[in-house]
Amino acid sequence: MSADDLVVSRPEGLYCPPGDFYLDPWRPVDRAVITHGHGDHARYGHAHYLAAAEGASILRTRLGEIDLTTLPYGEPVSHNGVRVSFHPAGHVLGSAQVRLEHAGRVWVVSGDYYVAGERDDPREHNTTCAPFEPVQCDCFITESTFGLPIYRWAPQGSIFASINAWWRANAEAGRASILLGYSLGKAQRILQGVDASIGPIVVHGAVDTVNRAYRAAGVPLPRTQFVTEVEPALLAQCLVVAPPSAQRSPWLRRFGDYSDAFASGWMQVRGTRRRRAVDRGFVLSDHADWPGLQRAIAATGAARVIVTHGFEAVMVRWLTEQGIEAGAFATEFGDRDDDEPGSAAASDATA
Amino acid sequence: MKRFAALFAELDSTTATNEKVAALKRYFAHAAPADAAWAVYFLSGGKPRQVVPSAVLHRLACERAGIAGWLFDASYQSVGDFAETVAHVLPPPTRASDLGLAEWIEARLLPLRGADPVTQAERVALWWDELDSAGRFLFTKLIGGGFRVGVSKLLVQRALAESSGVDQKRIAQRMMGYTDARATPSGRRYLDLIAHDAAETGDVGQPYPFFLAYPLDATVAEFDARLGPPTDWIAEWKYDGIRAQVVKRAGQIWIWSRGEELVTERFPEIESAAAALPDGTVLDGEIVVWKDDAVAPFNLLQQRIGRKTLTKKVLADAPVAFIAYDILEWASVDLRERTTQERRAQLEAVVGAHPRLRLSPVVSASDWNALAALRDESRARGVEGFMLKHRGARYGIGRRKQDDLAGGAWWKWKIEPLSVDAVLLYAQAGHGRRASLYTDYTFAVWNRAPRDANEAKAVVDAIARREPATAEGLQLVPFAKAYSGLTDEEIAGVDRVVRRTTLEKFGPVRSVVPTLVFELGFEGINRSARHRSGIAVRFPRMLRIRSDKPLHEADTLQTLEALLGV
Repeated sequence: MSADDLVVSRPEGLYCPPGDFYLDPWRPVDRAVITHGHGDHARYGHAHYLAAAEGASILRTRLGEIDLTTLPYGEPVSHNGVRVSFHPAGHVLGSAQVRLEHAGRVWVVSGDYYVAGERDDPREHNTTCAPFEPVQCDCFITESTFGLPIYRWAPQGSIFASINAWWRANAEAGRASILLGYSLGKAQRILQGVDASIGPIVVHGAVDTVNRAYRAAGVPLPRTQFVTEVEPALLAQCLVVAPPSAQRSPWLRRFGDYSDAFASGWMQVRGTRRRRAVDRGFVLSDHADWPGLQRAIAATGAARVIVTHGFEAVMVRWLTEQGIEAGAFATEFGDRDDDEPGSAAASDATA
Repeated sequence: MKRFAALFAELDSTTATNEKVAALKRYFAHAAPADAAWAVYFLSGGKPRQVVPSAVLHRLACERAGIAGWLFDASYQSVGDFAETVAHVLPPPTRASDLGLAEWIEARLLPLRGADPVTQAERVALWWDELDSAGRFLFTKLIGGGFRVGVSKLLVQRALAESSGVDQKRIAQRMMGYTDARATPSGRRYLDLIAHDAAETGDVGQPYPFFLAYPLDATVAEFDARLGPPTDWIAEWKYDGIRAQVVKRAGQIWIWSRGEELVTERFPEIESAAAALPDGTVLDGEIVVWKDDAVAPFNLLQQRIGRKTLTKKVLADAPVAFIAYDILEWASVDLRERTTQERRAQLEAVVGAHPRLRLSPVVSASDWNALAALRDESRARGVEGFMLKHRGARYGIGRRKQDDLAGGAWWKWKIEPLSVDAVLLYAQAGHGRRASLYTDYTFAVWNRAPRDANEAKAVVDAIARREPATAEGLQLVPFAKAYSGLTDEEIAGVDRVVRRTTLEKFGPVRSVVPTLVFELGFEGINRSARHRSGIAVRFPRMLRIRSDKPLHEADTLQTLEALLGV
């Protein structure tokens, strides 16, 4: 790392020395620039927050009354001579890459982002939020949650077709379909992707809170109900969208006989699927797959790449072999240690 | 192949027995007999030997996926399964195939064995390109020789019985030896399995399904209440050998292991001893190494099994005997419905004083406490404890849970394992369900007792600084590997500690700063020149995590030495 890097790693988090602010810091600081609302990126306790306007309601829902300044995507603000702007990351509502420009250099911090497949295909965009936009830069700081060639996402159409088929078969067999997925982002993608004509859709309270922010932002979601609003006779026809913590909880008892499933990129691997101990695993992720990571990195034109959370060592070696100057930052994103999806609970949360 | 891959996916996606059986029945209802024959073979544990060497598959997968070898290896370490890694890294297929399972195996897979690597690679690449991810996973498992599936043989038998209407016990007996490496599945053999006529369809040398035993989970004080008086039971020493059946029919001998492998040629001493038995006799018992008129430790038998050819020296060093404890057929009559008492009487009349075909002695005592006292002699006798069999019980099939202790089950009343407190030194990621979790551990004991906590801490600090141990100083000596005995939550906890305390990574193995003490149990202990500690333990497993125990109180090499004499 050279002395005039635009972003460096500090115990509090990633830090921009000329701007004197942090990016998604994990310890309380004075000024924090936030990429998106997931708990490992947007934490409590900072004095001032700066984030993309689309994510404001989610940040407020999660963090309460905070001192928050927002910017529309693409609109810059200058702070201590550093031009800061937000650009869509396609991960969840309001998720952003942060572009930093100072003294002729441009750095981009990706946060978490979603880009799938080898070629850009509008059918493979995350339609619950603004799709990822590549930003030209000199140095790209990228996530690598799924930075291994085993992670290639199937077309969304086929993923939702298999979720629908599972739901339909359960409804015919007279049992509810419990689909577990993180309440911010994953749940809304599920809701938008499934065929709502199969039966009633029930959401967990945690999901409903986030849905309200999405609906307020104009994101179309199908009609959802609370379990108390559904006729008991119809419960067996329901699709239930709930956070992972609901697995085997008493809350699920009211549905009687049910089949459970988990939606996460980690479900790609049979061992993880079996360890999760659900009936089905659907490989649906809000993160870039291996070809997506490569495409996103190439599109920035960056000569230098710094890899954060995920399979950093693999990505760094691969990038170096492609002739790109690459390094890694140790971060506390994703709450997983070094090079593997450690504890299922922690990594599933945001995958 | 598609249909079998779909069946595999269905079996893999549910843990409910009824759904598995239903999926199997749906498959059997539609599959051609030749395909079903192979499906039964694979589902009940049949494994063709590896057809294509792993190195060829590895090279080919990297080439097709356009990735470097190290990147494939990193993927494999995360997935924990070679075939699955291959299935995930390959580009999507460009063609499709409707070939049935039998054709895939007989016309494609088996002829590939022994072909030159170039031909093998060409063919496999073509076939991968015809299969989707599920099909590739399965096919690569089959050519790599590592196929396993989460159904028991009993479940396959149940599905066959329910879909054909043939009694399950009959199917179970016909299936004995079905997966033996020398017999090739065929449509004919499949139809024989589910044939309705009572005529003997199978091989004349067929054994019976083995009746398996349960560990007895009760204290001696409870025995009277739960088992009844000891006079209702036959107690025999429990030998640590290879469970086997000796079949004598039509002037010929067959020896079957519990894994349903025909092992006759491996044990010529027993074959010749059994020659004297009349036709129509089947004995159940244990193969052990019998030397100096006593049973020898299992590792001697293990060494003999490992030998490719049985030289005179091997036969002299590790002579085997068959210890008979049950008779399943006499004068060509199936005795399994008779009581243990009756079968025992018949057994005693049949098995004489041949040194290589011995009668398992019955041990009797006036009460359970007296028997418990005798059980304490087990280690000195080279046995694992007692087997208890109810006198009034018939010979069952497989292992079935019985709520009633005094019911028909066989009980293993084993002695407590030997145990020591050992220190975790290395950890390796597991496979399958435990992929990317550190589940396989190497344990060490001190070369001598540390004087105090400070001396132990100095050694740990030196390890953390990666200083090599001095030969004469205090050090931790690895002596055993174990990977079973912990709950999923405990494994997750240890996994976190391993990641936090990692010193170095050697591929999938990590060395850690020693912090954890485990109570390690094992069945036996012997001297070994091949281990750095000079000691080899049998069937080591973790009994519990000793979070209460500081490192310096872990056991020593001297503790292990002392157990050698037990």
